[in-house]
Amino acid sequence: MIAVRDVRKSFGDFVALNDVSLEIPDGSLTSLLGPSGSGKSTLLRIIAGLEEPDKGTVEIHGSDATQVPPQRRGIGFVFQHYAAFKHMTVRDNVAFGMKIRKQPKQRIQERVDELLEVVGLAGYQQRYPNQLSGGQRQRMALARALAVEPRVLLLDEPFGALDAKVRAELREWLRRLHDEVHVTTVLVTHDQEEAMVVSDHIAVMDKGRIEQVGGPVELYDRPRNRFVMSFLGPVSKVGEDLVRPHDIAISLTPEDGARQATVSRIVHLGFEARVELEVEGEGTVAAQMTRAEADHLELVERAVVWVRATGRTAVPA
Amino acid sequence: MIVDRRWRVTLRSFALGYLALLLLIPVGMVFYRTFEHGAMAVFDSVTTPAAISAFWLTITVTLIAVPLNTIFGVLCALALARGRFRGKALLDATIDLPFAVSPVVIGLALVLVYGRGGWLDGLPFQVIFAVPGIVLATIFVSVPFVVREVTPVLREIGDDQEQAASTLGANRWQTFWRITLPAIRWGVAYGIILSVARCIGEFGAVSVVSGRISGETETLTLLVEERFQNFDVAGAYAASALLAIIALGTLLAMTRINPRRDDE
Repeated sequence: MIAVRDVRKSFGDFVALNDVSLEIPDGSLTSLLGPSGSGKSTLLRIIAGLEEPDKGTVEIHGSDATQVPPQRRGIGFVFQHYAAFKHMTVRDNVAFGMKIRKQPKQRIQERVDELLEVVGLAGYQQRYPNQLSGGQRQRMALARALAVEPRVLLLDEPFGALDAKVRAELREWLRRLHDEVHVTTVLVTHDQEEAMVVSDHIAVMDKGRIEQVGGPVELYDRPRNRFVMSFLGPVSKVGEDLVRPHDIAISLTPEDGARQATVSRIVHLGFEARVELEVEGEGTVAAQMTRAEADHLELVERAVVWVRATGRTAVPA
Repeated sequence: MIVDRRWRVTLRSFALGYLALLLLIPVGMVFYRTFEHGAMAVFDSVTTPAAISAFWLTITVTLIAVPLNTIFGVLCALALARGRFRGKALLDATIDLPFAVSPVVIGLALVLVYGRGGWLDGLPFQVIFAVPGIVLATIFVSVPFVVREVTPVLREIGDDQEQAASTLGANRWQTFWRITLPAIRWGVAYGIILSVARCIGEFGAVSVVSGRISGETETLTLLVEERFQNFDVAGAYAASALLAIIALGTLLAMTRINPRRDDE
C-alpha cells in the first residue's frame, strides 16, 4: 500500500497540494484525475521522490519513504514526454536500470528481450528513440520502468502527448498489461474517460485537494459534489440541481415538479438522441435519450414539453 | 519556398565573396608569403630556439587553460541551467565579463592584483612577467566559451532524462556521465574548439602580463609581433603560419570526433 498523509506542497505563493491524504491499495491501478493545476502531477512526483513535500509523509509498503531518494524507492516512473535516452538504442534504454544495478549481462539481455516482447517492440532493440513513433517511445519507456521490477509504477500523463487513436489503444493495452503484471500502479490523467476505462480506483482532485476517492461507477453515480459530478461526465442544470443528461425525463403533459420548456434542437447520433431545450427563465438544458424514446415522444422542434430530473445522480447546490 | 535562381546565385556569390575577401585571401596570403622563399627558410625560421620555446609555451598554456575552463564551464552551465540559488543572475552576468572587457584591461587588472605592490604580491612564486601570469590571463579571456555553448543545450534538453535516470536508480555521478554528458557532448566539443582557438590566439592580455622575455615568456602570438616589429617579415609570416596550422589542426581533429551536430 502507498499511504500519503497530510502532504502539503507550495511553489512560491501557489499551493499545489493542500494537506492531501490518500491510500492506494496493493496491486491496484489508481488514477489521479483532475484539471491542470489541480496538483495531481505534484502528488505523483512526491510519491516518486522527485519533489519533496513541505510537510506530511509518504509511506510505501509499510515503511516511511519521505526522506528516501527516488533511486531507492523501488519505483518505475513514466513521463509524459517519454524522457527517452536519445543517445542510446532501445536495448540500452531498457537495460539502463539493470546496468546501474550491475546485474549479469546474460540476465540483462534476456530480460530486455522479454520486456520488449511484452510491450510489442520485439525486433526494435537496435533502433534509436528518434526512429520510433510516439506510442512506441512510450512503450519503450514503460519497458524501461518495468525492467527494474519496481514495487510501484507511476505514470505521469503517459498518453497525453499522443493522438486520440493511439491513446485509446494504449490505455486498453495498459489495462491488460496491469492485469498480467499486477504491479501497484498510479496513473495521472486529466482525461476522465481514460481514468474510467483503466482504473480500479479514481481520486478526483481539484485545487490541491482530493475531492473524492472511489471506483469509476461509484464516482459516476454518487459524486460527492458538483465538481466531481461535472468532471466525470456531461451535466445539465435543471433548476439548482446538476443532473446527467440521460437523467432528464421529458413529458408532453404537465407533471408535478416539472418545468415547462421548448425544444430548440434535436440531434440524432446513431443510437442516441440529444435534445436541446429552452427552459423557461433558465436557459438551455441538454437531455439525452435513446432514439426509440425520442421517436416515441414524437418530439419536434419548437414543441412545448415538461422536463424534470429523475436522476439518482442529482447533486443539489 | 521557391527562390529565384538568379537571386540564389547572387546570394551565394555574395557570401563566398565576403568570406574570400575577408578571410581566405588574407590567410592564403600568409601561407603564400611564408613559402615564397622555399620550405627550408620556413623550417629554419620556426626552429630557432625562440620559436620552439614560444611554440611549447603556447601549447602548455592551452593545455592548462582549456581543460580547466572545460570543467569549470560544464559545472557552471549545470548551475545556471539546473540550479536555483541566490546570485544566479550575477553569476550569469559575470561569465560574460571577459567578452565585455578589453583583453588589455584584463592584463592590467591582473598586474594590479598579482604584480609588484599588488594585492596578492606576496605569493612564493612570480606571477606577473612569468608563465603563471600568462596562464591566468589566458584562462580569464577564455572562460565564457564552454559555459555559453553548454548552457543553452542543457536548457533545451531539459531535465526529464536526468529524472528518469534517477528513478531507475542512477546516482548523480552516474547520471552525469551516462546521461547528461552524452547529451551535451556537441556543445562541449564546440566550446572546446572555440576555447582552444582563443587560447592560442590570445594577444592583448598575455602581452601585458608576459614581460616578453624571448625564449621564456614569449608565446607564438607575441613572437609574431616581435618579429614583425623587428622587420623580420618572413619570420613573422612563418610563425603566423605555424599558429594557423595549429588552429586548423584543432578544428579538423574536433570535426573528426564530432561528425554530425544534427543527430537529435
